[in-house]
Amino acid sequence: MTNSIPEFEDADCVLITGSNTSEAHPLISTRIMRAKAKGAKIVVVDPRTTQMSLLANLHLKQQPGSDVAWINGMMNVIINEGLADDVFIEKRTEGFDELKAAVAEFTPEYVEEISGIPAYDLVAAAKMYAEADAASIVYSMGITQHITGVDNVLSCANLAMLTGNMGRPSTGVNPLRGQNNVQGACDMGGLPNVYPGYQKVSDPDIQAKFEKAWGIRTENGGRKTGSGLLSPVTGLSDKVGLTVTEMVELAGSGEVKTLYIMGENPLMADADINHAKKCLKNLDFLVVQDIFLTETAEIADVVLPGASFAEKDGTFTATDRRVQLVNQAIEPVGESKADWEIINMLAKEMGASGFDFSSPEEIMAEIAALTPIYGGYSYERLKNGNVLQWPCPDAEHPGTPYLHKDKFSRGLGKFHGIEYKAPAESADDDYPLTLTTGRIMFHFHTGTMSRRAEKLNKEVPEAYVEIHPEDAIKVGINGHKRVTVSSRRGEIELATRVTDRIKPGVVFIPFHFAEAAANALTNSAFDPVAKIPEYKVCAVKIQTTADPVLEVCNESYKSKN
Amino acid sequence: MDYKNIQTICPYCGCGCALNLEVIDGEIVGVLPANDHPVSQGSLCIKGWNAHAFVGHEDRLKKPLIRKNGQLEEVSWNEALKLVAKNLGSIQKKHGADSIGVLTSAKCTNEENYLLQKFARAVIGTNNVDHCARL
Repeated sequence: MTNSIPEFEDADCVLITGSNTSEAHPLISTRIMRAKAKGAKIVVVDPRTTQMSLLANLHLKQQPGSDVAWINGMMNVIINEGLADDVFIEKRTEGFDELKAAVAEFTPEYVEEISGIPAYDLVAAAKMYAEADAASIVYSMGITQHITGVDNVLSCANLAMLTGNMGRPSTGVNPLRGQNNVQGACDMGGLPNVYPGYQKVSDPDIQAKFEKAWGIRTENGGRKTGSGLLSPVTGLSDKVGLTVTEMVELAGSGEVKTLYIMGENPLMADADINHAKKCLKNLDFLVVQDIFLTETAEIADVVLPGASFAEKDGTFTATDRRVQLVNQAIEPVGESKADWEIINMLAKEMGASGFDFSSPEEIMAEIAALTPIYGGYSYERLKNGNVLQWPCPDAEHPGTPYLHKDKFSRGLGKFHGIEYKAPAESADDDYPLTLTTGRIMFHFHTGTMSRRAEKLNKEVPEAYVEIHPEDAIKVGINGHKRVTVSSRRGEIELATRVTDRIKPGVVFIPFHFAEAAANALTNSAFDPVAKIPEYKVCAVKIQTTADPVLEVCNESYKSKN
Repeated sequence: MDYKNIQTICPYCGCGCALNLEVIDGEIVGVLPANDHPVSQGSLCIKGWNAHAFVGHEDRLKKPLIRKNGQLEEVSWNEALKLVAKNLGSIQKKHGADSIGVLTSAKCTNEENYLLQKFARAVIGTNNVDHCARL
C-alpha cells in the first residue's frame, strides 16, 4: 500500500475494486465504513454484490476482465470534464500526452459495450472520485489476477496520478495483501528478480555487496565453504530466476528437477491444479516444509514439520508496510521446529557457513544491515512499541506512513497509455458462463488452517457456487441442488447458492475447499510480466441431473416470459 | 496454574491485527483482542478470534516424514535432513543450480523468508526463488 490502514477513515472518497473488503480484510473494511460515516463517498466496482457495495454510493458491476476499459473510461471523463489535477501532472509526472491519447477512444458509451457498466454510472463514478480532496483506491486480487494484471495496476496508478491522489494522507493506490506476511516475503527477496529490499539481482554492485556479506567472495576471490555435497557457489547468479508458475510448468517438462517448498500449498493455490499436480509428480525430488500434511505435502518425498506462528518469534510485515513482532506463546508441537531453525540445520548439514543464527533477532540484524528499506529495524525498537512502516532506513528514522510524498522513487511518476485486451478465455456456446473465484469471511486461502478451526468450518462447511436466478433457471437448478461445474481443464461437484449478488452470466466459487477445488477449473494463462494466472476469469458450464418437476415449471415460466 | 497472555500478530490476512494468545500451562486456550493496537484497536474478525484453533489440531505434523516404498513414514530429523542435503547436492551437481526451485512463504516470518532465499542464492546458487504472492 502507498498509504496506511488508519488513513482510510479520513478519505473523502474510497474507490474499491476487486476487493471483497469486509470478508477478506474485515478490519480494513471498518475503516472504510467509518469514512462513510464521516461523509466520504464510496464507489465499488465489482461483478458481485458485497457488503461494501451495499453501503457504497455507487456500485458498478463490470464484466470480469474489463478493468482497463472502465478505468480508461473514468480517465476519459475526468480529462473531458476538466477534473484532472493539472498542477500535479505538470510538476510530478511525465507521459501525460501518451495517456490522453490512449484513453481518448474510451468514451462512456464504448466502455459500456465492453464492461456492461451503464455510461451514466461511469460518469458519476469518475466525478465522485475526481472531485474528492483526498481519494483512495483500494484493490486486491480482483485487479491483479488477470492476464492484464500489470495493465490493471498501472491503470489504477494512472487514475490516482491524473487526479493528484498520490503522496498525501488518505490517498494513493492501496493493494490489500491477502496473507499475514506476503508483503514481508516480497520484502525479504522471496522473488526471482530481487534480493531483500527489492535490490535487483542483475545489478553488479548489489551482487558484489551480497557476495561479500554472505562470504561468497573472500579477499583472495575464493569461497571457503562446501562439504563436497554441492558444487560450491563461486559467485551469486545475476540471472533472473523462475516464478512459481514457471517452476511448475518446467517441472512438468523436466527442466526443473527439485522443488523445496516452505509453507506453501501450490496444489490448491495454483490455477489448473490437475495440470500442476501432473507437473509436480514429474519432479525427481520434492521437499515440503509445513505444519500440516497439505495437498502438496501428500505427494512430497520428504516432509519437514514446521512450527506454527504461535510457537516462534519473528516479524510479519502487514499490507501497509508495518513490520511487527510475532511472539512465541507455546513450545513447538511434537518435534516440529521453527522454519528458520530448519533452514539453519539444513544449511549446516550441507556444509554452508553463514547460518549460525541463534535467534530471529540475530537474523533481523543481518537483514537490516543489507536491506536499506529495513535499515532502521531492530527488535529493540519494535519491542518498545514503535510503529515503523518501511522505508525505515536508519535507527532514528520514524518510518513512512505514506509513500511518494515529494517525489516518486523513479523521480517523476510515469503515465502509461494502456490498451484494453480481452481475457484469455471468454464464455462461448460450449462453456456459456464466466467463473470468477475468491474468498469468503470464514475461510482462508487453501483452507489448510481455517478448515481445521471448528467454529469457522461450522459456518461454511462445504463448497458452493453462486449463480444468478436467471442462469439458475437456464441450467435447471432447483434450490440448493448439487451441480457439476466444468471447464476445459477439470470438473467439480458442489452445492449451489442461487442469488442475485452475482451478475447474470457470471458464477462465483470460493477456492478454499479441497474436495471441490475451484482451481481445478481456473485458467493458468498468465500475465506476461507478473506471471500471475487469470484466476478471476474463465469459461465454465454447469450441469445438473434432470428434474422432471422443475422442467415443467421452467417450461411454464418460459412460456409466460 | 500458569496463565499468561502473549501479544502477537494474527496469522490470517494482511491487515496485521494484534491479538493476545491466552496460555494456560503451555496450552493456548483462547484469543483476546489488543486494545492499544493502531490497526485493530481492540477488535478482531471471526478468523482472528479463532486464530489459535488450528494450532493444537490433531493433524499437526509432529515428526519428519520420508517416502519409503511409496508411503510417507516418520523418521528422525537427522535422517530427513541428511537425505534432503544429499539429494539437493547431487541434483545441483548433476543438473546445475537452476534445476532447483525454492518457494518461500507468505505465512512464515521475515527472518525465515530471508534465510530461505539466502539458502537458495548462496548455498544452492540459484535465483529460482518465489512464493505465492501471485496465487
